[in-house]
Amino acid sequence: MNALTVENLHKRYGDNEVLKGISLVAKHGDVISMIGSSGSGKSTLLRCINFLESPSSGCVTLNGREVRALIDKSGKIRISDPAQLRMMRTRLAMVFQHFNLWAHMTALENVVEAPRHVLKLSSAEATERAKRYLEQVGMSRFANAYPAHLSGGQQQRVAIARALAMEPEALLFDEPTSALDPELVGDVLKVMRDLAEEGRTMIVVTHEMGFAREVSNHVVFLHQGVVEEEGHPREVLKTPRSERLQKFLCGAMK
Amino acid sequence: MTYDEIAQLFPAYASGLWVTVQLTVYSLGLGLLIAIPLAVLRVSPNRLCSGPVAAYTWFIRGTPLLAQLMIVYYGFGQFQWVQDAWQRGNPVLSLLRDPFSCGLIALATNTCAYTTEILAGALRTTPYGEIEAAQAYGMSRFTAWRRILLPSALRRFIPAYSNEVILMLHGTSLVSAITLVDLTGAARDFYANYYAPFEAFISVGTVYFGLTAILTFLIRLTERRYLVHLRPQRFTNLARG
Repeated sequence: MNALTVENLHKRYGDNEVLKGISLVAKHGDVISMIGSSGSGKSTLLRCINFLESPSSGCVTLNGREVRALIDKSGKIRISDPAQLRMMRTRLAMVFQHFNLWAHMTALENVVEAPRHVLKLSSAEATERAKRYLEQVGMSRFANAYPAHLSGGQQQRVAIARALAMEPEALLFDEPTSALDPELVGDVLKVMRDLAEEGRTMIVVTHEMGFAREVSNHVVFLHQGVVEEEGHPREVLKTPRSERLQKFLCGAMK
Repeated sequence: MTYDEIAQLFPAYASGLWVTVQLTVYSLGLGLLIAIPLAVLRVSPNRLCSGPVAAYTWFIRGTPLLAQLMIVYYGFGQFQWVQDAWQRGNPVLSLLRDPFSCGLIALATNTCAYTTEILAGALRTTPYGEIEAAQAYGMSRFTAWRRILLPSALRRFIPAYSNEVILMLHGTSLVSAITLVDLTGAARDFYANYYAPFEAFISVGTVYFGLTAILTFLIRLTERRYLVHLRPQRFTNLARG
């Protein structure tokens, strides 16, 4: 059964069409890497999946529940079912490029927050869960530290724990290692690799070709708002058919 | 005139001090309480919400506190309909006959305007990513305001607000112009009775100074408690790895 499907998603900023009808299917346990040069629309696509950016049209389905972008009579974009969307967002946890931890809360409070106040778990339950996931990403020792007192890699691991604590259907990663110093990238990638081995469904926008090649089971190459090429990383990354992907990989491997 | 006589006037000063403290605490409390919803409206993209609040803060911040006190205490009583309401014993409008209520109304209205703008400023500087994270985790608008936006802004608001607190303490001295005997009023009585202006005002100045010191200390404590997350690492004892 498909965990997540994206159907014919369009995104326009004025006359500029950044996503030109993208469709994507993630089955349970899939790890999909989205690659492409900057401006190809890969981050926008990820942000459209949980409607942080409203798509101009298209439909996202998570476990059979559908959220659709509609255009109403006045020409404004409307979301078919806002309550459904909020529900869907709790099942699709996002990890951001710049972590976006809540600065006034400690690492533990950050992880407790959404399970406690969105999923409405009891305080004890949410705390127990938060501690378990902080442990999993190797950050228990820093449970009482504030984000500003942590390194980028540590903050990103806390952010991953925050995502896991929602126990979501799928995890969305938006260039999770792009804002990190090179020596910190490894820790975060290791955590992500472990998650993939646990069989979690993940969609990862990344520039880490090593991760795309070794961890994901599906690679999507985006170019100017369309899926230029996709498939198993062994084929797509080793023997790319499109000229653009060949060029892109040449640049990325250097 | 000797300093012994100041000691004899201690009761007058004490009751003046009590008036000053009450006015400061009540007006700041009331002002802050009302400023929170007003600041939320002030940063709304909807002009119908932000416009009236902007007009209010613009007017209050554009006029002197002394004039505002005079308008509330002397000004409103001039109108026939207000006097008629007094005759009928209207409980709300009767507040305008009492100098303490008038002082409190004017001071609270004044500090509320400044507080609204300070808090609105703090709200505007909320990092956008934090709001986005709240949305992405399925928070409703109300939950995001209650759990993320307001708690984070109210913390960043403390340092700028501390100036307002101290200005308000000093601002209460103007109520002596509407017949209230606060600290400054007590000093004025003393000066009028003994013609000892230097002793009168230096002593009262010292009391204000002491109050300011206490307030500053309390603000420090609050900052220490609520702004840990903005302080440099070396001031906190965290495990390092």
